[in-house]
Amino acid sequence: MTATTSAKPPLSRRISTYLYQRPRLILLLLLAPPLIWLGVVYLGSLFALMIQSFFRLDSFTGQVVPDLTLQNYAQLFSEAHLGIMARTTIMAAVVTLFSIILAFPLAYFMARYASPRAKSWLYLLVLIPLWSSYLVRVFAWKLILAKEGVFTWFLNLLGLGGALDRVLAIPGIGGTSLSVSNLGMFIVFVYVWLPYMILPIQASLERVPRSLLEASADLGARPSHTFRTVILPLAMPGIVAGSIFTFSLTLGDFVVPYVIGDSSPFVGLAVYAYQGTSGNIPLAAALTVFPMIVMIIYLAVARKFGAFEAL
Amino acid sequence: MSTDAAPAIRLAGVSRHFGEVKALDQIDLEIADGEFFSMLGPSGSGKTTCLRLIAGFDRPTAGRVFILGVDVTTLPPYEREVNTVFQDYALFPHMTVGENVAYGLMIKKVPKAEREKRVAEMLDLVQLPLMAQRKPAQLSGGQRQRVALARALINHPRVLLLDEPLGALDLKLRQAMQIELKAIQQRVGITFIYVTHDQEEALTMSDRLAVFNLGHIEQIGSPAEVYEHPATPFAAGFVGVSNLVRGAVAQAITGSPETFSIRPEKIHFAEPAQAVEADSLSVNGRIRDVVYLGMHTRYLVELDGGSDLTVVQQNLHTTSMDVLAAKGRAVKLVWKREHMRHIEQG
Repeated sequence: MTATTSAKPPLSRRISTYLYQRPRLILLLLLAPPLIWLGVVYLGSLFALMIQSFFRLDSFTGQVVPDLTLQNYAQLFSEAHLGIMARTTIMAAVVTLFSIILAFPLAYFMARYASPRAKSWLYLLVLIPLWSSYLVRVFAWKLILAKEGVFTWFLNLLGLGGALDRVLAIPGIGGTSLSVSNLGMFIVFVYVWLPYMILPIQASLERVPRSLLEASADLGARPSHTFRTVILPLAMPGIVAGSIFTFSLTLGDFVVPYVIGDSSPFVGLAVYAYQGTSGNIPLAAALTVFPMIVMIIYLAVARKFGAFEAL
Repeated sequence: MSTDAAPAIRLAGVSRHFGEVKALDQIDLEIADGEFFSMLGPSGSGKTTCLRLIAGFDRPTAGRVFILGVDVTTLPPYEREVNTVFQDYALFPHMTVGENVAYGLMIKKVPKAEREKRVAEMLDLVQLPLMAQRKPAQLSGGQRQRVALARALINHPRVLLLDEPLGALDLKLRQAMQIELKAIQQRVGITFIYVTHDQEEALTMSDRLAVFNLGHIEQIGSPAEVYEHPATPFAAGFVGVSNLVRGAVAQAITGSPETFSIRPEKIHFAEPAQAVEADSLSVNGRIRDVVYLGMHTRYLVELDGGSDLTVVQQNLHTTSMDVLAAKGRAVKLVWKREHMRHIEQG
């Protein structure tokens, strides 16, 4: 008799072999969950939002009526809404610009000069604020910026109390105290979004090899010229990525204007008010489309100026 | 002031220490105008550090650096009349080939028309015409290397520094580029300083070369001098393959315990009993290993008095069958006295 021990390999091995020979199947299995998530949850909710923005509210019953209409968008062009959108966009732009100015030197230091040890400490310092609730931190800032708060006390200590009062007297920026002013809101916005600017800029600078800077100097460029022609263009994708965060987060935020602001409405506050108290979801949805349009315009402009050429 | 008599590069007592580590220690070096000069050595020998000190990317901890007679020790790279071809090419990824090559001219504010003309000329020189609109990422390694060369040469530097520029290329392309680089150097007539760890490259291209080891220079000379008269055991071992014979074994062969070197290709086989002529030396041994390399064969011969010698023979009349059968055979190794070199022990 011949001993034919045709023992089958274990199941796990057969599955491995089966999958190894079908790379497309693995890809499908791996991609299905994120694609379903993106398709249904992200795009689905976005689609629901867009559709709602074309519905209308029956002013008599207070019910949403699914007739397709552009009247919500027409309402956006009222003076009040234009004011809200302009105010929000200017705030988002200033917050973004200032975040770039603050984040760039730190990101540059982290990418180019910090020792690995110092770098991990800096990462930690940048990220620690994100460990606690953003709402709590915004309320903390309310106390810091209050008239009797630490910030004003400190400025008085430096003898700058008068200067603060003069700044707060400027219409459009100031208010009765920092904690109820656009300036205060700006400070808090920059504080809460800064990490989202530092990290992408740092990542983009990390990918610029030192030899490129040496090559630029070698070819006769002074450091300022190297900055303009080599460092900045190569950091641009990171700056754009960071400003997408700071810009869109500011455009849509309602907590900071609610807690810190001087009660002048921002897009986020208005959306919150329309869908909540007045139940006008179609108008709220139309107002939400506005930040998306602003972002699309911003990205188109950035692209035109070559921000993505180094990607 | 720069004078015609001044050497292109002069290093006077230059050191670069990183804490305890002496990357370069007390280097004195003069490189003549128009020379093709190679800095040869293993990694960590200080050759690249030396190049970076000349380019200005790094400053010496002691000593002075002169370019064309001018002390540039404290000048930044952008104020030095040298240009560099980097090991990783360091092409700007967001610019086209044309913009990369024109970079130095842009900084000097050369008018656009002249800039474009010179870029076209340069790309012709490095045999990359019609490539100006491409991005570096679309080029092969060899093409990037040429762009890096064009970007440096377009500025008409007095000295061109090349940091292992052919290191990332495959053998065939490397050999072709060696010849091309040498031709370009002779055409433009400027000083080339070429850092490499490849001794063949250094021997092929250089007018003179310096052998670096552990932060100092072991020997400076023409390729023939360094190859035929290695000054130190390190130079003998690093430039080409060399047999070093020391102590008792040397005594048994030459009658003196002085260390000597003999190149593998200078040794011939003879029958063990055969007499040798007066101008030759010999030693008996047994072939322990045979490596067939196509054009030639490398034999490892164990000497009767201990120690090994490597012998290389061309396969002019032998086949692989013949040479492999030689393994284990007793032989006499013979070489002419004039081919061996006595070496001071370092």
